[in-house]
Amino acid sequence: MIPAKFNYHKATSLQQAIALSQELGEEAKYMSGGQSLLPMMKLRFATPEHIIDISKLEGLSYIKEEGDLLKIGGLTTQSEMEHNELLKSKYPIFGDAIWLTADPSVRNCGTIGGNIAHGDAANDQPALMIAMRATIIAQGADGEKSIPIDEFFHGFYMTALEPGDILTEIQIPKAKKNSGGAYHKVERKVGDYATAGVAVHLELDDDGVCREVGIGLTNLSPMPMRLERGEEVLRGKKITDELIAQVGLIASEDCEPDSDLRGSEAYKRAIVNTITKRMLNKALERARK
Amino acid sequence: MAKHTISMTINGQPVTAEVDSRLLLVHFIRENLSLTGTHIGCDTSNCGACTILLDGKSIKSCTYLAVRADGAEITTIEGVAAEGTNHPLQQGFHDQHGLHCGFCTPGMIMRSIDLLNNNPNPTEEEIRWGISGNLCRCTGYNNIVKAIQQAAEEMQKKETTV
Repeated sequence: MIPAKFNYHKATSLQQAIALSQELGEEAKYMSGGQSLLPMMKLRFATPEHIIDISKLEGLSYIKEEGDLLKIGGLTTQSEMEHNELLKSKYPIFGDAIWLTADPSVRNCGTIGGNIAHGDAANDQPALMIAMRATIIAQGADGEKSIPIDEFFHGFYMTALEPGDILTEIQIPKAKKNSGGAYHKVERKVGDYATAGVAVHLELDDDGVCREVGIGLTNLSPMPMRLERGEEVLRGKKITDELIAQVGLIASEDCEPDSDLRGSEAYKRAIVNTITKRMLNKALERARK
Repeated sequence: MAKHTISMTINGQPVTAEVDSRLLLVHFIRENLSLTGTHIGCDTSNCGACTILLDGKSIKSCTYLAVRADGAEITTIEGVAAEGTNHPLQQGFHDQHGLHCGFCTPGMIMRSIDLLNNNPNPTEEEIRWGISGNLCRCTGYNNIVKAIQQAAEEMQKKETTV
Protein backbone atom coordinates (compact mmCIF):
# COMPACT_ATOMS: atom_id res chain seq x y z
CA MET A 1 0.00 0.00 0.00
CA ILE A 2 1.33 3.40 -0.91
CA PRO A 3 -0.25 6.81 -0.40
CA ALA A 4 -1.88 8.75 -3.23
CA LYS A 5 0.48 11.24 -4.85
CA PHE A 6 1.33 14.35 -2.88
CA ASN A 7 3.96 17.08 -2.77
CA TYR A 8 6.44 16.91 0.07
CA HIS A 9 7.79 20.02 1.75
CA LYS A 10 10.34 19.97 4.53
CA ALA A 11 9.78 22.81 6.97
CA THR A 12 12.90 24.63 8.07
CA SER A 13 11.36 26.96 10.64
CA LEU A 14 8.04 27.43 12.38
CA GLN A 15 7.39 30.67 10.50
CA GLN A 16 8.27 29.14 7.16
CA ALA A 17 5.99 26.14 7.86
CA ILE A 18 3.06 28.39 8.75
CA ALA A 19 3.65 30.62 5.71
CA LEU A 20 3.85 27.57 3.47
CA SER A 21 0.62 26.21 4.91
CA GLN A 22 -1.11 29.57 4.31
CA GLU A 23 0.13 29.59 0.74
CA LEU A 24 -0.88 25.99 -0.04
CA GLY A 25 -4.27 26.24 1.62
CA GLU A 26 -6.52 23.55 3.01
CA GLU A 27 -5.07 20.73 0.93
CA ALA A 28 -1.86 20.91 2.96
CA LYS A 29 -1.35 18.81 6.09
CA TYR A 30 1.42 18.98 8.66
CA MET A 31 3.20 15.73 9.50
CA SER A 32 5.15 15.29 12.72
CA GLY A 33 5.71 11.64 13.67
CA GLY A 34 3.40 10.49 10.89
CA GLN A 35 2.28 7.40 12.81
CA SER A 36 -1.43 8.23 12.47
CA LEU A 37 -1.45 10.31 9.29
CA LEU A 38 0.71 8.07 7.10
CA PRO A 39 -1.32 4.90 7.79
CA MET A 40 -4.46 6.89 6.89
CA MET A 41 -2.78 8.06 3.68
CA LYS A 42 -1.74 4.51 2.81
CA LEU A 43 -5.34 3.38 3.25
CA ARG A 44 -6.40 6.45 1.20
CA PHE A 45 -8.63 7.65 4.03
CA ALA A 46 -6.56 10.83 3.79
CA THR A 47 -5.34 12.21 0.47
CA PRO A 48 -3.66 15.54 1.17
CA GLU A 49 -2.09 17.25 -1.84
CA HIS A 50 0.74 18.63 0.24
CA ILE A 51 2.62 17.29 3.25
CA ILE A 52 4.58 19.79 5.28
CA ASP A 53 7.09 17.85 7.35
CA ILE A 54 7.54 19.60 10.69
CA SER A 55 9.41 16.76 12.39
CA LYS A 56 12.81 18.40 12.00
CA LEU A 57 11.84 21.78 13.47
CA GLU A 58 14.21 22.62 16.28
CA GLY A 59 13.32 23.65 19.79
CA LEU A 60 9.95 21.92 19.98
CA SER A 61 11.07 18.83 21.84
CA TYR A 62 11.37 19.34 25.60
CA ILE A 63 9.86 18.48 28.96
CA LYS A 64 10.32 21.03 31.76
CA GLU A 65 8.70 22.63 34.76
CA GLU A 66 8.53 26.40 34.65
CA GLY A 67 6.69 28.51 37.19
CA ASP A 68 3.41 26.77 37.98
CA LEU A 69 3.44 24.72 34.78
CA LEU A 70 4.70 21.51 33.29
CA LYS A 71 5.54 22.27 29.65
CA ILE A 72 5.94 19.65 26.97
CA GLY A 73 7.04 20.61 23.46
CA GLY A 74 4.70 19.50 20.68
CA LEU A 75 7.35 17.45 18.88
CA THR A 76 8.40 15.49 21.97
CA THR A 77 8.13 11.82 21.06
CA GLN A 78 6.23 9.33 23.17
CA SER A 79 9.55 7.50 23.72
CA GLU A 80 11.20 10.64 25.04
CA MET A 81 8.32 11.04 27.47
CA GLU A 82 8.44 7.37 28.45
CA HIS A 83 12.11 7.60 29.46
CA ASN A 84 11.94 11.08 31.03
CA GLU A 85 12.90 11.15 34.73
CA LEU A 86 10.73 14.16 35.62
CA LEU A 87 7.60 12.49 34.20
CA LYS A 88 8.50 9.15 35.75
CA SER A 89 8.92 10.62 39.22
CA LYS A 90 6.21 13.29 39.37
CA TYR A 91 3.69 12.49 36.63
CA PRO A 92 3.28 8.68 36.57
CA ILE A 93 0.00 9.01 34.63
CA PHE A 94 2.08 9.53 31.47
CA GLY A 95 3.91 6.27 32.04
CA ASP A 96 0.57 4.47 32.52
CA ALA A 97 -0.65 5.73 29.16
CA ILE A 98 2.48 5.60 27.00
CA TRP A 99 3.23 2.01 28.05
CA LEU A 100 -0.13 1.11 26.50
CA THR A 101 0.13 3.30 23.39
CA ALA A 102 1.05 1.40 20.20
CA ASP A 103 4.52 -0.17 20.59
CA PRO A 104 8.10 1.02 21.19
CA SER A 105 8.99 1.51 17.50
CA VAL A 106 5.86 3.56 16.84
CA ARG A 107 6.53 5.54 20.01
CA ASN A 108 10.03 6.36 18.72
CA CYS A 109 8.30 8.43 16.01
CA GLY A 110 4.91 9.43 17.38
CA THR A 111 4.72 12.82 19.12
CA ILE A 112 2.47 14.11 21.90
CA GLY A 113 1.49 17.07 19.72
CA GLY A 114 0.41 14.79 16.90
CA ASN A 115 -1.45 12.48 19.24
CA ILE A 116 -3.58 15.42 20.43
CA ALA A 117 -3.81 17.50 17.23
CA HIS A 118 -5.05 14.47 15.27
CA GLY A 119 -8.33 14.88 17.16
CA ASP A 120 -8.97 11.15 17.36
CA ALA A 121 -11.06 10.10 20.37
CA ALA A 122 -9.26 6.75 20.24
CA ASN A 123 -5.87 8.31 21.02
CA ASP A 124 -4.75 8.12 24.63
CA GLN A 125 -3.25 11.56 25.33
CA PRO A 126 -6.49 13.57 24.96
CA ALA A 127 -8.06 11.89 28.01
CA LEU A 128 -4.95 12.72 30.06
CA MET A 129 -5.09 16.33 28.89
CA ILE A 130 -8.74 16.54 29.92
CA ALA A 131 -8.05 15.00 33.33
CA MET A 132 -5.12 17.35 34.00
CA ARG A 133 -6.82 20.42 32.49
CA ALA A 134 -4.12 21.13 29.97
CA THR A 135 -3.81 24.25 27.88
CA ILE A 136 -2.83 23.79 24.25
CA ILE A 137 -0.46 26.35 22.77
CA ALA A 138 -0.53 26.76 18.99
CA GLN A 139 1.30 29.03 16.57
CA GLY A 140 -0.47 30.25 13.49
CA ALA A 141 -0.64 33.08 11.00
CA ASP A 142 -2.08 35.35 13.69
CA GLY A 143 0.62 34.50 16.20
CA GLU A 144 0.36 32.41 19.32
CA LYS A 145 -2.90 31.20 20.79
CA SER A 146 -3.67 29.45 23.99
CA ILE A 147 -6.60 27.02 23.96
CA PRO A 148 -8.06 25.46 27.13
CA ILE A 149 -8.50 21.73 26.57
CA ASP A 150 -12.28 21.95 27.04
CA GLU A 151 -12.44 24.18 23.96
CA PHE A 152 -9.96 22.15 21.92
CA PHE A 153 -11.93 19.13 20.67
CA HIS A 154 -14.77 20.07 18.34
CA GLY A 155 -15.92 16.71 17.01
CA PHE A 156 -14.87 13.62 15.06
CA TYR A 157 -11.24 14.41 14.06
CA MET A 158 -12.08 18.11 14.50
CA THR A 159 -10.16 20.45 16.77
CA ALA A 160 -9.86 24.17 17.47
CA LEU A 161 -6.71 24.26 15.33
CA GLU A 162 -7.29 26.31 12.20
CA PRO A 163 -5.52 25.70 8.90
CA GLY A 164 -1.92 26.78 9.38
CA ASP A 165 -1.87 26.30 13.15
CA ILE A 166 0.88 24.14 14.65
CA LEU A 167 0.50 22.69 18.12
CA THR A 168 3.75 23.80 19.76
CA GLU A 169 3.31 23.18 23.46
CA ILE A 170 1.22 21.45 26.08
CA GLN A 171 0.90 23.23 29.42
CA ILE A 172 -0.29 21.37 32.48
CA PRO A 173 -0.61 22.69 36.04
CA LYS A 174 2.47 21.52 37.91
CA ALA A 175 2.00 18.52 40.23
CA LYS A 176 1.00 19.77 43.67
CA LYS A 177 1.31 18.18 47.08
CA ASN A 178 -1.41 15.54 47.58
CA SER A 179 -2.15 15.24 43.88
CA GLY A 180 -2.02 12.18 41.68
CA GLY A 181 -3.24 10.76 38.42
CA ALA A 182 -3.71 7.39 36.76
CA TYR A 183 -4.67 6.02 33.35
CA HIS A 184 -5.70 2.65 32.07
CA LYS A 185 -7.33 1.31 28.96
CA VAL A 186 -8.70 -2.10 28.13
CA GLU A 187 -7.32 -3.21 24.78
CA ARG A 188 -7.89 -6.36 22.72
CA LYS A 189 -4.19 -6.87 22.23
CA VAL A 190 -1.01 -4.99 23.09
CA GLY A 191 -0.83 -1.66 21.31
CA ASP A 192 -4.44 -1.59 20.17
CA TYR A 193 -6.64 1.46 20.43
CA ALA A 194 -8.72 1.51 23.59
CA THR A 195 -11.87 -0.56 23.86
CA ALA A 196 -12.40 1.87 26.74
CA GLY A 197 -9.95 4.08 28.61
CA VAL A 198 -10.12 6.34 31.65
CA ALA A 199 -7.74 9.05 32.90
CA VAL A 200 -8.17 10.46 36.41
CA HIS A 201 -6.38 13.32 38.10
CA LEU A 202 -7.08 14.25 41.72
CA GLU A 203 -5.94 16.94 44.10
CA LEU A 204 -6.67 16.63 47.83
CA ASP A 205 -6.37 19.21 50.57
CA ASP A 206 -4.60 18.51 53.87
CA ASP A 207 -7.74 16.94 55.33
CA GLY A 208 -8.07 14.56 52.40
CA VAL A 209 -10.99 16.45 50.85
CA CYS A 210 -11.05 16.43 47.05
CA ARG A 211 -10.14 19.96 45.98
CA GLU A 212 -9.97 19.32 42.25
CA VAL A 213 -10.67 16.35 40.01
CA GLY A 214 -10.53 15.64 36.30
CA ILE A 215 -11.81 12.53 34.53
CA GLY A 216 -11.24 11.98 30.80
CA LEU A 217 -12.55 9.08 28.71
CA THR A 218 -10.88 7.47 25.68
CA ASN A 219 -12.75 6.07 22.69
CA LEU A 220 -16.17 6.13 24.30
CA SER A 221 -17.66 9.03 22.34
CA PRO A 222 -17.12 10.75 18.96
CA MET A 223 -14.63 13.10 20.59
CA PRO A 224 -12.52 12.92 23.74
CA MET A 225 -14.90 13.34 26.65
CA ARG A 226 -14.89 14.86 30.13
CA LEU A 227 -17.00 13.06 32.73
CA GLU A 228 -18.41 16.25 34.20
CA ARG A 229 -21.17 14.72 36.28
CA GLY A 230 -18.65 12.32 37.85
CA GLU A 231 -16.29 15.18 38.71
CA GLU A 232 -19.12 17.12 40.39
CA VAL A 233 -19.90 14.18 42.66
CA LEU A 234 -16.34 14.16 44.02
CA ARG A 235 -15.38 17.84 44.14
CA GLY A 236 -15.33 19.23 47.68
CA LYS A 237 -15.97 15.84 49.31
CA LYS A 238 -13.96 13.26 51.13
CA ILE A 239 -13.70 10.44 48.60
CA THR A 240 -15.32 7.24 49.86
CA ASP A 241 -15.91 3.83 48.29
CA GLU A 242 -19.58 4.77 47.92
CA LEU A 243 -18.76 7.92 45.97
CA ILE A 244 -16.29 6.00 43.78
CA ALA A 245 -18.97 3.42 43.01
CA GLN A 246 -21.37 6.23 42.14
CA VAL A 247 -18.88 7.80 39.71
CA GLY A 248 -18.29 4.40 38.08
CA LEU A 249 -22.01 4.13 37.42
CA ILE A 250 -22.13 7.69 36.06
CA ALA A 251 -19.29 6.83 33.66
CA SER A 252 -21.24 3.89 32.29
CA GLU A 253 -24.36 6.05 31.92
CA ASP A 254 -22.80 9.19 30.44
CA CYS A 255 -20.33 7.72 27.92
CA GLU A 256 -21.55 7.34 24.33
CA PRO A 257 -19.93 4.20 22.93
CA ASP A 258 -20.82 2.48 19.69
CA SER A 259 -20.85 -1.28 19.26
CA ASP A 260 -17.93 -2.24 17.04
CA LEU A 261 -15.21 -4.88 16.61
CA ARG A 262 -13.83 -3.98 20.02
CA GLY A 263 -17.04 -4.80 21.84
CA SER A 264 -20.73 -4.12 22.20
CA GLU A 265 -22.08 -0.92 23.63
CA ALA A 266 -23.24 -2.80 26.75
CA TYR A 267 -19.79 -4.33 27.26
CA LYS A 268 -18.10 -0.96 26.96
CA ARG A 269 -20.52 0.62 29.42
CA ALA A 270 -19.77 -2.22 31.85
CA ILE A 271 -15.99 -2.00 31.63
CA VAL A 272 -15.81 1.80 31.82
CA ASN A 273 -17.51 1.48 35.20
CA THR A 274 -14.79 -0.89 36.41
CA ILE A 275 -11.87 1.08 34.95
CA THR A 276 -13.20 4.36 36.37
CA LYS A 277 -13.37 2.90 39.88
CA ARG A 278 -9.90 1.37 39.60
CA MET A 279 -8.34 4.58 38.31
CA LEU A 280 -10.01 6.67 41.02
CA ASN A 281 -8.55 4.33 43.63
CA LYS A 282 -5.12 4.36 41.98
CA ALA A 283 -5.05 8.16 41.67
CA LEU A 284 -6.20 8.45 45.28
CA GLU A 285 -3.40 6.16 46.42
CA ARG A 286 -0.84 8.23 44.50
CA ALA A 287 -2.28 11.51 45.82
CA ARG A 288 -2.00 10.28 49.41
CA LYS A 289 1.67 9.30 49.08
CA MET B 1 4.96 15.95 -8.22
CA ALA B 2 8.62 16.75 -8.03
CA LYS B 3 11.25 14.17 -7.22
CA HIS B 4 13.43 14.72 -4.21
CA THR B 5 17.13 14.07 -3.90
CA ILE B 6 17.92 12.34 -0.64
CA SER B 7 21.22 11.29 0.90
CA MET B 8 21.72 8.97 3.83
CA THR B 9 24.05 6.33 5.16
CA ILE B 10 22.84 2.76 5.02
CA ASN B 11 24.92 0.27 7.00
CA GLY B 12 27.80 2.72 6.87
CA GLN B 13 27.63 3.27 3.10
CA PRO B 14 26.61 6.68 1.75
CA VAL B 15 23.63 6.55 -0.61
CA THR B 16 22.13 9.30 -2.75
CA ALA B 17 18.95 8.80 -4.76
CA GLU B 18 16.02 10.56 -6.39
CA VAL B 19 12.70 9.49 -4.92
CA ASP B 20 9.01 10.25 -5.18
CA SER B 21 7.39 11.91 -2.18
CA ARG B 22 5.21 8.88 -1.58
CA LEU B 23 7.92 6.23 -1.70
CA LEU B 24 7.96 4.34 1.60
CA LEU B 25 11.29 3.78 3.28
CA VAL B 26 10.81 0.00 3.26
CA HIS B 27 10.33 0.02 -0.53
CA PHE B 28 13.39 2.22 -0.94
CA ILE B 29 15.47 -0.21 1.11
CA ARG B 30 14.18 -3.36 -0.60
CA GLU B 31 13.68 -2.23 -4.17
CA ASN B 32 16.12 0.62 -4.78
CA LEU B 33 18.93 -0.77 -2.64
CA SER B 34 18.11 -4.50 -2.99
CA LEU B 35 18.49 -5.00 0.75
CA THR B 36 15.74 -7.59 1.08
CA GLY B 37 16.51 -8.66 4.64
CA THR B 38 14.01 -6.02 5.76
CA HIS B 39 10.62 -7.66 5.26
CA ILE B 40 7.14 -6.40 4.57
CA GLY B 41 4.59 -8.25 6.66
CA CYS B 42 1.35 -6.46 7.44
CA ASP B 43 2.17 -3.11 5.79
CA THR B 44 0.08 -1.42 8.50
CA SER B 45 2.69 -0.86 11.27
CA ASN B 46 1.34 -3.75 13.31
CA CYS B 47 3.77 -6.62 12.74
CA GLY B 48 7.25 -5.11 12.91
CA ALA B 49 8.78 -7.26 10.12
CA CYS B 50 10.07 -4.03 8.50
CA THR B 51 11.79 -2.71 11.63
CA ILE B 52 15.11 -0.93 11.01
CA LEU B 53 17.25 1.51 12.97
CA LEU B 54 17.05 5.18 12.01
CA ASP B 55 19.65 7.23 13.86
CA GLY B 56 19.90 4.36 16.33
CA LYS B 57 16.21 4.08 17.09
CA SER B 58 13.93 1.28 15.90
CA ILE B 59 11.20 2.40 13.54
CA LYS B 60 8.74 0.63 11.27
CA SER B 61 9.98 1.42 7.78
CA CYS B 62 6.56 0.72 6.22
CA THR B 63 5.26 3.75 8.11
CA TYR B 64 8.01 6.19 7.21
CA LEU B 65 8.50 8.14 4.00
CA ALA B 66 11.86 7.61 2.30
CA VAL B 67 12.12 11.36 1.70
CA ARG B 68 12.01 11.97 5.46
CA ALA B 69 15.11 9.80 5.95
CA ASP B 70 17.23 12.42 4.17
CA GLY B 71 20.36 12.91 6.26
CA ALA B 72 19.70 9.90 8.46
CA GLU B 73 21.92 7.03 9.46
CA ILE B 74 20.14 3.78 8.77
CA THR B 75 20.98 0.26 9.86
CA THR B 76 19.26 -2.82 8.45
CA ILE B 77 19.76 -6.48 9.34
CA GLU B 78 22.46 -6.68 6.64
CA GLY B 79 24.54 -4.21 8.64
CA VAL B 80 24.59 -5.76 12.09
CA ALA B 81 27.21 -8.52 11.73
CA ALA B 82 30.80 -7.31 12.15
CA GLU B 83 33.06 -8.71 9.44
CA GLY B 84 31.55 -12.15 9.28
CA THR B 85 30.95 -12.46 13.00
CA ASN B 86 27.35 -12.68 14.09
CA HIS B 87 25.97 -9.90 16.24
CA PRO B 88 25.25 -11.30 19.73
CA LEU B 89 21.53 -11.10 18.93
CA GLN B 90 21.97 -13.07 15.70
CA GLN B 91 23.97 -15.64 17.66
CA GLY B 92 21.30 -15.71 20.36
CA PHE B 93 18.52 -16.41 17.85
CA HIS B 94 20.69 -19.15 16.34
CA ASP B 95 21.65 -20.80 19.61
CA GLN B 96 18.22 -20.59 21.25
CA HIS B 97 16.20 -21.53 18.16
CA GLY B 98 14.56 -18.12 18.27
CA LEU B 99 12.94 -18.68 14.89
CA HIS B 100 11.04 -21.21 12.84
CA CYS B 101 10.19 -19.67 9.46
CA GLY B 102 12.44 -16.65 10.02
CA PHE B 103 10.15 -14.03 8.51
CA CYS B 104 9.94 -11.91 11.67
CA THR B 105 13.59 -12.41 12.68
CA PRO B 106 15.25 -9.38 11.02
CA GLY B 107 12.66 -7.06 12.55
CA MET B 108 12.91 -8.80 15.94
CA ILE B 109 16.68 -8.35 15.93
CA MET B 110 16.57 -4.68 14.88
CA ARG B 111 13.99 -3.95 17.56
CA SER B 112 16.02 -5.86 20.16
CA ILE B 113 19.16 -3.84 19.39
CA ASP B 114 17.29 -0.65 20.34
CA LEU B 115 15.80 -2.38 23.39
CA LEU B 116 19.21 -3.51 24.71
CA ASN B 117 20.79 -0.13 23.93
CA ASN B 118 18.24 1.53 26.21
CA ASN B 119 18.04 -1.25 28.77
CA PRO B 120 21.12 -3.51 28.73
CA ASN B 121 19.79 -5.87 31.39
CA PRO B 122 16.02 -6.18 30.86
CA THR B 123 13.72 -8.43 32.87
CA GLU B 124 11.70 -11.04 31.00
CA GLU B 125 8.66 -8.78 31.29
CA GLU B 126 10.55 -5.83 29.87
CA ILE B 127 11.70 -7.95 26.94
CA ARG B 128 8.15 -9.09 26.23
CA TRP B 129 6.83 -5.50 26.34
CA GLY B 130 9.89 -4.36 24.41
CA ILE B 131 9.08 -6.61 21.46
CA SER B 132 5.32 -6.06 21.70
CA GLY B 133 5.30 -4.35 18.30
CA ASN B 134 6.86 -7.36 16.58
CA LEU B 135 4.71 -10.37 15.80
CA CYS B 136 5.93 -13.95 15.45
CA ARG B 137 3.44 -16.54 14.30
CA CYS B 138 5.68 -19.60 14.79
CA THR B 139 7.69 -19.67 17.98
CA GLY B 140 5.27 -18.64 20.70
CA TYR B 141 7.97 -16.12 21.68
CA ASN B 142 9.61 -18.17 24.45
CA ASN B 143 12.76 -18.89 22.47
CA ILE B 144 12.87 -15.33 21.18
CA VAL B 145 12.91 -14.10 24.77
CA LYS B 146 15.70 -16.60 25.55
CA ALA B 147 17.65 -15.40 22.50
CA ILE B 148 17.46 -11.79 23.67
CA GLN B 149 18.43 -12.81 27.21
CA GLN B 150 21.47 -14.66 25.88
CA ALA B 151 22.47 -11.64 23.79
CA ALA B 152 22.02 -9.28 26.75
CA GLU B 153 24.35 -11.41 28.85
CA GLU B 154 26.86 -11.68 26.03
CA MET B 155 26.86 -7.96 25.33
CA GLN B 156 27.33 -7.13 29.01
CA LYS B 157 30.24 -9.57 29.26
CA LYS B 158 31.87 -7.78 26.35
CA GLU B 159 31.28 -4.41 27.97
CA THR B 160 33.02 -5.51 31.14
CA THR B 161 36.01 -7.11 29.37
CA VAL B 162 36.66 -4.16 27.05
